[in-house]
Amino acid sequence: MKNILVIAETFQGKIRKTSLPAVTFAAELAGKVGGEFSIALFGSGVAGLAGELTGFGAKNVYVVDAPGFANYLGGPWAKAVVALAQQAGATAVAAVSDTFSRDLLPRVAARMGAGMVSETTAIVGDGAGVKFQRPMWAGNVLGTVEVRTPTAVFGVRGTDFDPPKATGGASAVQNASIAFADDGKATYVKFEPTVSARPDLAEAAVVISGGRGLKDAAGFALLNPLADMLKAAIGATRAVVDAGICPNDLQVGQTGRVVAPQLYFAVGLSGAIQHVAGMKNSKVIVAINKDEEAPIFSVADYGLVGDAFKILPELTDAIRKHKGL
Amino acid sequence: MKILVTAKRVTDPDAKIRVKADGTGIETAGLEYKLNPFCENAIEAAVQLQEKQGGEVVAVTIGDDDAVQNLRTALAMGADRGIHVKLPDAQMDSDLAARILVKLFEQEKPDLFLLGKQAVDGDSNQVGQLVAEYLDLPQACFASKLEVAGDKLTVDRELDGGMETIQVGLPAVVTADLRLNTPRLPTLPNVLKAKRKPVQELTIDALGVDPALTVATIAYEAPPARKGGIKVKTVEELMDKLVNEAKAL
Repeated sequence: MKNILVIAETFQGKIRKTSLPAVTFAAELAGKVGGEFSIALFGSGVAGLAGELTGFGAKNVYVVDAPGFANYLGGPWAKAVVALAQQAGATAVAAVSDTFSRDLLPRVAARMGAGMVSETTAIVGDGAGVKFQRPMWAGNVLGTVEVRTPTAVFGVRGTDFDPPKATGGASAVQNASIAFADDGKATYVKFEPTVSARPDLAEAAVVISGGRGLKDAAGFALLNPLADMLKAAIGATRAVVDAGICPNDLQVGQTGRVVAPQLYFAVGLSGAIQHVAGMKNSKVIVAINKDEEAPIFSVADYGLVGDAFKILPELTDAIRKHKGL
Repeated sequence: MKILVTAKRVTDPDAKIRVKADGTGIETAGLEYKLNPFCENAIEAAVQLQEKQGGEVVAVTIGDDDAVQNLRTALAMGADRGIHVKLPDAQMDSDLAARILVKLFEQEKPDLFLLGKQAVDGDSNQVGQLVAEYLDLPQACFASKLEVAGDKLTVDRELDGGMETIQVGLPAVVTADLRLNTPRLPTLPNVLKAKRKPVQELTIDALGVDPALTVATIAYEAPPARKGGIKVKTVEELMDKLVNEAKAL
């Protein structure tokens, strides 16, 4: 795994910043095993974005730019990634764990005959004995794993690696000629983006999540003024999403989004294991819940027991005054 | 339509899991086991498809002797028969599970292979995708809606940032997300009926699957605990802490 290929992701014509902590992972791994890393960018009309990736110390930035890659399909993309890995002499492939790479990377691993580590949170040791840590059982267990194949694939947990540092160097941009091999077995139909003026959950410095305690859409809307003021992303528990109050991709937790903002407000949510798995690495956690026994208080830095319907407007007002707004 | 569907046995998703003192695994004393929630969604989807257009639903589990209990739950939900591949979780990784399922797919030749998108114990989210690549099949992962028309399946996929729709030709691999459906609770008559449904027991030797792991978990530990927080009594006190102590505002 000495030559690592990092997949940088694009979303709606831009580099998806949340995919870049995989570069930091690759740089760290390359340092520990005495190897090097390159970055790959796949898409249609993405060549112009390559310049944004050349300052992170990668040996090469490979661009695979062809109309076929306008939309993602697991089978053809896995073929293309493995073809590029072979061209580039890569023995490991890494990408930040999100719904794109969770779909793609296992196929890449199967095709390469590589062991895959999902949701890697840390690199342990170095050289031939290097091992990896990853959360299991909704983050209640930290497993140390070793890869037993000569090649390896890594899903990287983005909240556990920093955004890449600008090294000042300039990676060589290589246009790789990889065909989009359409096998006709799958067809892209459409994508309906979640429309929101708020920052993305994974990128926001402040996240405000609501749970069942907010009762309904009107209750949940009480989070909006606070979120507006703090430029926060809004998250939710499974119960809220299941009730149709929030879009699916706002679910924070074991099987949804994993976030680690500077400040996390948990409002009217109990703190089920599954939810806590997605937010417990937040820097500062504030919990507001009327049930003083709620498990969320055991992970919160500051807990306030009380009625969220009463506390939210008060808190919003207090923050407004503090900010001089 | 013939559907193969997974029924993995997992520790109770709501149980607090603790690590053994010697770091060789988790404390299993007193733990209850359940059907993996995402497999429940997959089984429900399989049974609903069968109710609409007939065919057969074959549920498969890989696990120790007790895993047959959870396989019976799948049969009680409506699967017609079961396959139990006897192999403890500790001797398995995602890749080995996938290679076993590939063998079963080749034996059973289903039109559709439905799996849960991840098991809530290992949390790897790999098996469906691995199977699809090994069999060179199209995949639709994280499905929240399924529609069959002829030999094509239209699937809505839950992605970060929105909802995607793709169409896959059968046979295909689909992994279920939570919003796909609400799994039914087996009725008592169906639980009793499930006891009489056939379950085939297999071993990886009989299937001719290499037991080698690609990734091995060699140690288990508890994650670092968060430092205990405090309770504040008023919004003013909370503001004071956030501004002056945490410097978070």
